[in-house]
Amino acid sequence: MHVVRGIRGTLQPFWVTLRNMFRKPVTVQYPEEKQQLPERYRARLILTRDPDGAERCVACHLCSAACPVDCISMQAVEAEDGRRYAAWFRINFTRCIFCGLCTEACPTLAIQVTADFELAGRDLLKLVYEKEDLLVDHCGTNSNYNFYRQSGIGVSAPRGRNPGEAPPADVKDLMP
Amino acid sequence: MIATLMFYLLGAVALGATVMAIIQRNPVYSVIYLVKSIFSLALIFYLLGAPMIAALQIIVYAGAIMVLFLFVIMMLEVTPTNAATRTAPGWFHWGPVLLLALTLVALTLMLIGLDPVSSEGVPRWHASPRDFGYTLFKEYALAVKIISFQLSFAAVGAFHVGMTERRRARQEDAS
Amino acid sequence: MSESLVTLALIAVKLGLIFAVILFMAAYLVLAERKILGRMQLRYGPNRTGPFGLMQPLADVIKLLTKEDFVPARADKWLFLLAPGITAVTALLVFAVVPFGPTREIFGQQVPLVVVDLNIGVLYVLGVSSMAVYGVVLGGWASNSKYSLLGGVRGLSQMISYELSLGLSLVPVIMMARSFSLTDIVMAQQNLPFLLLNPVAFGVFFICVLAESNRIPFDLPEAENELVGGFHTEYSGMRFGLFFVGEYINMVVLGSLLTVFFLGGWHGPWLPPLAWFLIKVLAVCAMFIWIRASMPRLRYDQLMNLGWKILLPLSLLNILVTGAVLLGWG
Repeated sequence: MHVVRGIRGTLQPFWVTLRNMFRKPVTVQYPEEKQQLPERYRARLILTRDPDGAERCVACHLCSAACPVDCISMQAVEAEDGRRYAAWFRINFTRCIFCGLCTEACPTLAIQVTADFELAGRDLLKLVYEKEDLLVDHCGTNSNYNFYRQSGIGVSAPRGRNPGEAPPADVKDLMP
Repeated sequence: MIATLMFYLLGAVALGATVMAIIQRNPVYSVIYLVKSIFSLALIFYLLGAPMIAALQIIVYAGAIMVLFLFVIMMLEVTPTNAATRTAPGWFHWGPVLLLALTLVALTLMLIGLDPVSSEGVPRWHASPRDFGYTLFKEYALAVKIISFQLSFAAVGAFHVGMTERRRARQEDAS
Repeated sequence: MSESLVTLALIAVKLGLIFAVILFMAAYLVLAERKILGRMQLRYGPNRTGPFGLMQPLADVIKLLTKEDFVPARADKWLFLLAPGITAVTALLVFAVVPFGPTREIFGQQVPLVVVDLNIGVLYVLGVSSMAVYGVVLGGWASNSKYSLLGGVRGLSQMISYELSLGLSLVPVIMMARSFSLTDIVMAQQNLPFLLLNPVAFGVFFICVLAESNRIPFDLPEAENELVGGFHTEYSGMRFGLFFVGEYINMVVLGSLLTVFFLGGWHGPWLPPLAWFLIKVLAVCAMFIWIRASMPRLRYDQLMNLGWKILLPLSLLNILVTGAVLLGWG
């Protein structure tokens, strides 16, 4: 039995490789054919806007704190209504490892991943993306989420009283 | 003419390489010089009309024994010795070596003087593998068989030594 | 005078042609191997450089030549620079005694299609191929790196365990052909190749040849997944290229040796002798590639076991049986 198994185990791979030779290769010829990427593929990062068209980013620095390679940097500024925004926002894609931890950390769903992976280039400085390169004109994956409407913060007016804000959630209430 | 010239050239290379093999500090270099010396020896054999011996010289010595040497050197990680550089080696150190060298030179001169063929330079005959085989296994059959028996005795002996040690190790494991 | 000049010119042309053909075959074997391996693993293999990737060898050579020729800081410089040459040269030297066709008449001269027909041809092959291991070992030792040294030591021990069976498996061939000359061995297989007369010797020789070429399943000295690159870990540029080309020249040469010793050399029906020789060599090379695609690497101790406990007794027994049969036959 031992011998039979040994011989079979030695000869079988030869049959497998021979059969594979006459099958169609599974690889994709990249520049001509493009692979169908999964919907949640993690590649280039973007800064999305909320449904009203305003920037979602509140410059909280959580993404740059979460970033394992420290490729995100920004300058926080306060507007007249007390809301914060990023004066400049910079992602160095030569360092980015596309781990997506910044999107996990983002409380306002501002920073999101896209499936666009074709970032290669000869000039490294062109891979340092500024805020205008990162900002897009859509809401990304969450089309109706608006951070201020959900939570509202008391800056110039008490919580939930600013225009376009929902009252804060009552955490002691069971009702949705 | 060319053969004689080649002979002396190869002889010089063989001697030089052997001396280098002795005086090298690094064992790997020694092995390489020895291989070089064996190669020139093999070529000398070829020039003297013994291609069979030349090939065997390379296969057995350069291809097997030197490889084994190299294997042992690498396995044991023999490092080049930098210590023990005495300034003036006295007679005590050079005496035996000098004695050996003188004996060898004397023997060689004696051989050249006694043997009329070697003094005339390269002989004209040529030993093909067939002649070699006939001589070895017809004329000297008994000697060849005795030597091969000796070799198999040695192999059995080595096997026995290895076996007893392994058995001892197994007994130690068991106890 | 002019007679000898023509002879000299013919020898020079023959040498040049053999050299060119072997290098060409080695270069395209690399491509063929990558292509076939790719298809066997459901990939395409190189197909970008030129039509069907046919310019890939050229691109590889240009790349290797323009890379930096790097010598590690604590390496033994002379041996490090010497070692790749040993591998490539010994592989090429073996081909000197391989006959690839019967004697032809060119310009009214009998031209044997072999560089030299030594009467100790088999011994020459064994001697030179046993030198090939020095390239591996010295390269591994001189690099002064742990991985390289391990690769070199593995190459040594591998060579010690199979070289004996390699030689012994050829003894029945010599007994049947009654000559050490490779041309005579081919002539003795005019009617029946030794593969059919003595399949055991063929089996042992084939396994030993696989080990000799340092290819899967016996690529212990390289062992990419354990030893980075084995003996050529520290090599770069054309020196690595020499090791690499040496391996493929070795494949061609060992394929032609297998052809000469067991597959009947240039003998075959219908086709011209040279075509038969080429077909047989390429078939052996294709077999090598197929084996590489299909088999895993042997472990160190498995190789030792195979060499000393199976191949060696088997080839000794085979010599005995062949001798008895030859004596009985007459």
